[in-house]
Amino acid sequence: MSESVFSASSASPRETFFSFLRQVLTIAAKDLRAEWRTKEALNASIAFSLVMLVLFSFAVDPDAMPDFSGGLLWLVFSFAGALVLNRSFARETQNDCLDALVASPLPPAALFMGKALANFAILLAVECVCVPAFGLFFNIPVTTYLGSLVIVILLGTWGLTVIGTMFSALTVNLRLRELMLPTLVYPVMIPALMAAMELTRDLLNGTPLAGDNLIWVRLLIAFDIIFTALSVTLVDIVLVG
Amino acid sequence: MNALEIDAVWKYFGDFPALRDVGFKVQPGSIVALLGRNGAGKTTLLRILAGLAKPSKGSVKIYGSEVRDEPTRRRIGVLGHGISLYDELTATENLVLFGKLYGLDDPAKRAHQWLERTGLERVRDGLVREFSRGMRQRLAVARTFLHDPEVLLFDEPFTSLDDRAIAVLHSLITDAQQRGRTVIMSTHQIREAIELATHVALIRKGQLAYAGERRQEMLDDPAWLYRTFEGEGAS
Repeated sequence: MSESVFSASSASPRETFFSFLRQVLTIAAKDLRAEWRTKEALNASIAFSLVMLVLFSFAVDPDAMPDFSGGLLWLVFSFAGALVLNRSFARETQNDCLDALVASPLPPAALFMGKALANFAILLAVECVCVPAFGLFFNIPVTTYLGSLVIVILLGTWGLTVIGTMFSALTVNLRLRELMLPTLVYPVMIPALMAAMELTRDLLNGTPLAGDNLIWVRLLIAFDIIFTALSVTLVDIVLVG
Repeated sequence: MNALEIDAVWKYFGDFPALRDVGFKVQPGSIVALLGRNGAGKTTLLRILAGLAKPSKGSVKIYGSEVRDEPTRRRIGVLGHGISLYDELTATENLVLFGKLYGLDDPAKRAHQWLERTGLERVRDGLVREFSRGMRQRLAVARTFLHDPEVLLFDEPFTSLDDRAIAVLHSLITDAQQRGRTVIMSTHQIREAIELATHVALIRKGQLAYAGERRQEMLDDPAWLYRTFEGEGAS
């Protein structure tokens, strides 16, 4: 047992990057495997989204739908997202797993990115169910600009994921974390949600991504980059103090 | 070089000083029993040593390096109050996960070695949520020793362990010490701890009341330490 059990220490930036990437993927795979076995967050958020869409289909005048479509879809994504994101770091408190992760040589940034990646995948799975259901319930063609819609959904969902994962880490030890997470996340998400809602509404109403629209795309990209960088930088302080 | 150097550590929770000017050094190959009553500050000190919390003042060095440095964290193994294992993963998956995080060359091989050593080979593909309490504890012990850490930190290691797990942990701690590993364990089970320990540290209301070698008086009468250095009868 006394022989060296560690991989040779990597020095080059390339090796450091790939080591970081491996750790990110290890954490993401662990979270996705655990979620796949329990399906707690996935089932709850899909069921919740579908119920919301059904209720909205009764509440909103079909003639007014073109104006509301983007907003409604992103409200559903945001509320369903809160259910997924609440579980993210809360899962680590069971058996004090977070302590073992923080005490390990895993860089906090890799822990954060791994969890964000897993949340992103789960949210996308929920959205893959929601978007066709939305088209069906509201008789809105979602495939007209499907490629552009996918880009907007990916950018908006990453923004929601990054903010949500960060606040999930921040609220993990709070007794009222289920309430605190959406209270903290939604105000910070306003710029990204606004952009995603505007773009989604335009795309669903047959306006392609071009001209004035692109300012919203740039806003989404900037939001994602800024908050990803901020979260990666601050996560060590959030976890250790 | 000292395995551990704790220098004038203070830790405040709000205005309350949970640790007050705690400092001592530990040589490699020592087993330190960290003793004290509930709320004395043992767990707070262990969390600082493990890099799970930062001291408000003072410093902690492990083999001369900061605890939060990545290479230092490879040298530490922590077994806290919780088992730090995922209920939804199998025993093998849990150990392989931590093996990967510690950068082991062959995490699967190491995982199987430790499952065998802790008597869990038979249930290696079982989900942790289906394990008995004793099996979960043995798996937690395997996780702690998996990467062959040079400094082992245990918080109440014998609490809620079954006889088999206590025997496994005893032999692993003794074996680790013989290989020059350093062990710090906080515990209320004074007799078991003192039998294993080479050194004893007693914390009283956040302050170090005693730090030094284990004495014969402690073995003869574990309550002696509390009577002598706290001025009270042992509970």
